[in-house]
Amino acid sequence: MSASAVFVLDLKGKVLICRNYKGDVDMAEIDHFLPLLMTQEEEGLTCPIMSHGNVHFLWIKHTNLYLVATTNKNSNASLVYAFLYKVVEVFTEYFTELEEESIQDNFVVVYELLDELMDFGFPQTTDSKILQEYITQEGTKLEVAKTKVPTTVTNAVSWRSEGIKYKKNEVFIDVIESINLLVNANGSVMSSDIVGTVKLKTMLSGMPELRLGLNDRALFALTGRDKGKTVTMEDVKFHQCVRLSRFESDRTISFIPPDGESELMSYRINTHVKPLIWIESVIEKFSHSRVEIMVKAKGQFKKQSVANNVEVRVPVPSDADSPKFKTSTGHAKYVPEKNLAVWTIKSFPGGKEFLMRASFGLPSVENDEMEGKPPITVNFEIPYFTVSGIQVRYMKIIEKSGYQALPWVRYITQSGGRTAMLFRYSLYSKKRPIIYS
Amino acid sequence: MEWANQLCENRQFGSKMTDSKYFTTTKKGEIFELKAELNSDKKEKKKEAVKKVIASMTVGKDVSALFPDVVNCMQTDNLELKKLVYLYLMNYAKSQPDMAIMAVNTFVKDCEDPNPLIRALAVRTMGCIRVDKITEYLCEPLRKCLKDEDPYVRKTAAVCVAKLHDINAQLVEDQGFLDTLKDLISDSNPMVVANAVAALSEIAESHPNSNLLDLNPQSINKLLTALNECTEWGQIFILDCLANYTPRDDRESQSICERVTPRLSHANSAVVLSAVKVLMKFMEMLPKDLDYYGTLLKKLAPPLVTLLSAEPELQYVALRNINLIVQKRPEILKHEMKVFFVKYNDPIYVKLEKLDIMIRLASQANIAQVLAELKEYATEVDVDFVRKAVRAIGRCAIKVEQSAERCVSTLLDLIQTKVNYVVQEAIVVIKDIFRKYPNKYESVIATLCENLDSLDEPEARAAMIWIVGEYAERIDNADELLESFLEGFHDESTQVQLQLLTAIVKLFLKKPTETQELVQQVLSLATQDSDNPDLRDRGYIYWRLLSTDPVAAKEVVLAEKPLISEETDLIEPTLLEELICHIGTLASVYHKPPSAFVEGSRGVMHKRLPARTGSGEGTECPDVGNAAGGSAPEAAPSIIPSQGDLLGDLLNLDLAPPTTAGPTPSTSGMQMGGMDLLGGGLDSLLGGDIGGSPAMGAGFGAAPAVMPASLNAPVGGGLGDLFDLGGGVGMPMGAYIPPKTVWLPAMKAKGLEISGTFARRAGVIQMELVLTNKAMSVMTDFAIQFNRNSFGLAPAGPLQVLTPLGPNQTIEVSLPLSTVGPVMKMDPLNNLQVAVKNNIDVFYFSCQYPISMLFVEDGKMERQVFLATWKDIPNDNESQFQIQDCHLNSEAASNKLQGSNIFTIAKRTVEGQDMLYMSIKLSNGIWVLAELKVQAGNPNYTISLKCRAPEVSQCVFQCYEAVLKN
Repeated sequence: MSASAVFVLDLKGKVLICRNYKGDVDMAEIDHFLPLLMTQEEEGLTCPIMSHGNVHFLWIKHTNLYLVATTNKNSNASLVYAFLYKVVEVFTEYFTELEEESIQDNFVVVYELLDELMDFGFPQTTDSKILQEYITQEGTKLEVAKTKVPTTVTNAVSWRSEGIKYKKNEVFIDVIESINLLVNANGSVMSSDIVGTVKLKTMLSGMPELRLGLNDRALFALTGRDKGKTVTMEDVKFHQCVRLSRFESDRTISFIPPDGESELMSYRINTHVKPLIWIESVIEKFSHSRVEIMVKAKGQFKKQSVANNVEVRVPVPSDADSPKFKTSTGHAKYVPEKNLAVWTIKSFPGGKEFLMRASFGLPSVENDEMEGKPPITVNFEIPYFTVSGIQVRYMKIIEKSGYQALPWVRYITQSGGRTAMLFRYSLYSKKRPIIYS
Repeated sequence: MEWANQLCENRQFGSKMTDSKYFTTTKKGEIFELKAELNSDKKEKKKEAVKKVIASMTVGKDVSALFPDVVNCMQTDNLELKKLVYLYLMNYAKSQPDMAIMAVNTFVKDCEDPNPLIRALAVRTMGCIRVDKITEYLCEPLRKCLKDEDPYVRKTAAVCVAKLHDINAQLVEDQGFLDTLKDLISDSNPMVVANAVAALSEIAESHPNSNLLDLNPQSINKLLTALNECTEWGQIFILDCLANYTPRDDRESQSICERVTPRLSHANSAVVLSAVKVLMKFMEMLPKDLDYYGTLLKKLAPPLVTLLSAEPELQYVALRNINLIVQKRPEILKHEMKVFFVKYNDPIYVKLEKLDIMIRLASQANIAQVLAELKEYATEVDVDFVRKAVRAIGRCAIKVEQSAERCVSTLLDLIQTKVNYVVQEAIVVIKDIFRKYPNKYESVIATLCENLDSLDEPEARAAMIWIVGEYAERIDNADELLESFLEGFHDESTQVQLQLLTAIVKLFLKKPTETQELVQQVLSLATQDSDNPDLRDRGYIYWRLLSTDPVAAKEVVLAEKPLISEETDLIEPTLLEELICHIGTLASVYHKPPSAFVEGSRGVMHKRLPARTGSGEGTECPDVGNAAGGSAPEAAPSIIPSQGDLLGDLLNLDLAPPTTAGPTPSTSGMQMGGMDLLGGGLDSLLGGDIGGSPAMGAGFGAAPAVMPASLNAPVGGGLGDLFDLGGGVGMPMGAYIPPKTVWLPAMKAKGLEISGTFARRAGVIQMELVLTNKAMSVMTDFAIQFNRNSFGLAPAGPLQVLTPLGPNQTIEVSLPLSTVGPVMKMDPLNNLQVAVKNNIDVFYFSCQYPISMLFVEDGKMERQVFLATWKDIPNDNESQFQIQDCHLNSEAASNKLQGSNIFTIAKRTVEGQDMLYMSIKLSNGIWVLAELKVQAGNPNYTISLKCRAPEVSQCVFQCYEAVLKN
């Protein structure tokens, strides 16, 4: 069904640790993995699935490690990748960092976890909070606790243990909206969407029943109530705690939350977003001489709001040197290892417009290699504001002991990380000016 | 001792050390030391020693020599230590099977431990020790664990059954574990249910005929209930299992879909894809006019789009699957073009897949945006990506006619960049654009010619040569250009050589006066100085053609070529359907059936989409009940491969890359050609070989008098006809004629007995009658008339009974029939009501004619047309039949059928199963398309018929049966 064996390799292809789940693939096959990968890399065409004879390698890379699953069947590939990423998640929660050293330093626990995460190729318990109840890093300390299987492992509610206690019952809700946007050199918005996530930090005792109310247009359409602004969510994805069939039938988001931090849901909104920070640029390249960059950034959001940590990343040629910057606000610097000029503005009020000029020298003997034209990227964060206008209407918390609990809500809009606001630009190339002596 | 000192030190300092210290000791005598420690009395020391053993094992050292000592540590109440020992056992038991027995007792004991963690651990590990002797001892503990009170133990035991089955299937069956496993599907705990489903699916996959997953509405209901409660992984097991079920009717299908759709909102991409698989499969059964069908289509798009924000590897799997989904149901994502725009930092494998999908979704509505994006991509640095982007622009031109002009000018812009690989790629696609829109964009040829010298890739050179040859009359210096290539003829790749040969022959035919020398030169290079048989053959053919009949040569070589089609890289429909059933798996990523890459799966049945079965209407499918292997009733449509990748067009098409393979002549033409080649070719060789040329026994200088009757180059249009003629003449077998039956018994017609049959001879339908006078008096004045009938059959002349029919006299008469008479639909369709008159009375009878009488001689469809027609005819019009007890092989069958004007258009062999694609044209212009499946050794054929007038299918089937069995 999925993996026959799982390997953790270092960058040289040496096996750090492995677990043979099914025994139908020779464990020595892994020796072919790195050579295959190297060949692909040389050709510039890597692929997350490679095969050697009858053996297929499905792999991901994390820090200085390769996680590889082998199989000789028609396995469920998406399951294997989802599982490998889950392994990374679990190990990271156990060891803070998942890298070569942490594998070696904790090989006993790693073996234990590999034993518990998957059985005969079938992923089993992969919730690290639950695993931590019966597999701990301190072998000795756990003698007592380990004599029992946490009921959670096989419960229908497999993500929350019973008997959790807090003095003060609170739940923090973060609504974070990230903007994906691509603007062409001529200023037309090619594509844009909003990816929103609702994150919870739950500090609630017992087994609370929660219900989250959003200004979801589909919900209001269903109930016939129409109270002000609503938002159409294109696609919604939920943490496994949410009762999906309930949502499907009446759009109610009801769940028993996992303890602590978790991502409750994510959604996508397709509406046309006005780029919150608009970039205009003029980049002129005088061959063999210099590059002149002029970037204008304009805050196209409400005057009351402020964007924090605005970062405008402008690509420069890899052979550029002697940077000179001039900014109307903020601070600009050259990051040669990434071939970027980065302009940071700590606080950017709505409606304002700022300017940066930069110039770089170019060597007279020019780099022959073709260089791509990566777009200008803008990262930022605007607190207390969502582009889509999504709102938490209510959060109902019911627990049989009847305690009062407080929900706290916070909104942030951002761009950066997995999402990006990208601006393509035209590059004006000019020949070297003729100098008369 | 160093490590011991180190350990002591660590203790002294009380520092918290990590496990990495276990890796540090590498000394001689290590094994010996470890042995001593393992046998130490001190628990702590033992544990440390085992850890060191495991550490050594981890770095790949052989510590199997310590087997007995490690096993001795097994009996411990320390869980961590126990786990380590178990781990050791799993690794080494196979190499030490005899000693592994030592561990059995502990295992058995542990399976009864009060701590469920230990019970589960024991049963889990025991299953992983793949030693036959141990498995016997595993049975009793496993039986107990399957009924354990703790669900954690039960779920582990469920998986253990699959492990044991893998080692010793017979044992598992004998012990009745499969039944226990089936019972677990009704377990109260969803995790147990999920693992039981997973285990059963796994076993069923390796034993497709076991009928293990006996899915029925009750068990499906249980699975759907568990689906809501189990973990994300359990949901995947259940969904993948559900995908093997075939609902009984559209209502059941809909109700399952309704309960599966909520899974589309799951955060785990794998759950979403498995749900998509179930929905895509079951959707097939829903009537398209159902409201719910539309709702479902709408629901599928958003989750598919969201998959593109997952991790890149998951995106890749999603994209490969979306590629299939877009081909199967383009309507789902037709408005989502923008989400497939490539991101600058996407990994290359994601970029290439997105590009592919962009082209598939390109339409007139979005072409402007697509082109703008593609142009942007073409300026990037990643060579493979840029190439594909350039190629994509060409494909857009071919696909969206309105955009062709814009695409061409974009390509010209790109050629101006002078980036070598961009130029070459652009020339390759422009060649395809010429083949789609001839005589429209030739003005760009001059620009292309400027870049002649920079072309170093065979494909680009071949494309350029093709262009020069094709448009030789418009290029003043075409001869010089081609001559320049000729210099290094033998260093060129085959595709360039072939192309050059053809191009120069074209040039010669267009400008014979100046190029005689050139053509001589290339022909001799190709025929005398080359080792390549393809090149030689083509050279000889041209040579003979040119020397025999230049006019014919012109007709052949410069024949008008069919346009290339827009969708050239579609996955062949039967394969597509199979892949849809494998969404999310490796097969869907490779776009290959599992049998192509999984060993031992050759015999496994191919998964098929279920047939659409309206709940009310009866279906022809004999057995709708489903089998565990997911063998849906084979009523799903299937079709010929869309590209004749095997059949390169001798003259033109072999320079086309696989992605843009053009139209191909019919296979049957090819096969017939092949036969004729032997016949005609030999004749001419024997007859014409007077010159005694050393080259091939056939003197080409004095060209043989006889050209092989059918020049076997399957050239697009012109030669196709030639073939058909050859084929028709060469047919050894005539049309099938049913035996005569008595239509009118004497007692009903005052002594006149009429028996007869129908035949089609030389394109004429004939009613062959035998009239017998069983009365005492002479009969005269015969006449015949038909009632109106389904195909307008009518006598083409009077009934020719010229002499009176005396008593006990019999006469045979042939009555030619026409099909221009009045039409009325009959029931059955092929019923014919006849009135015969003689001097005594008028008699009426009805008879049924085999519909094959109406199959006309020009019923051979063009491959491409066939493909398009097959797609065009709604699936509802398809019907499927079984022909039993037919012992012909596919070739014999094909020949036999051709005698009755049932033409084989293509043949394909998939794992010993021959698929013949056939076309039939009825006298009234109705086309019937057929797919005949013939499995070697299996006397039962399956035939699927598709026709716009599905009423005829039954009759056509009867003909098949009659023709094949006689």
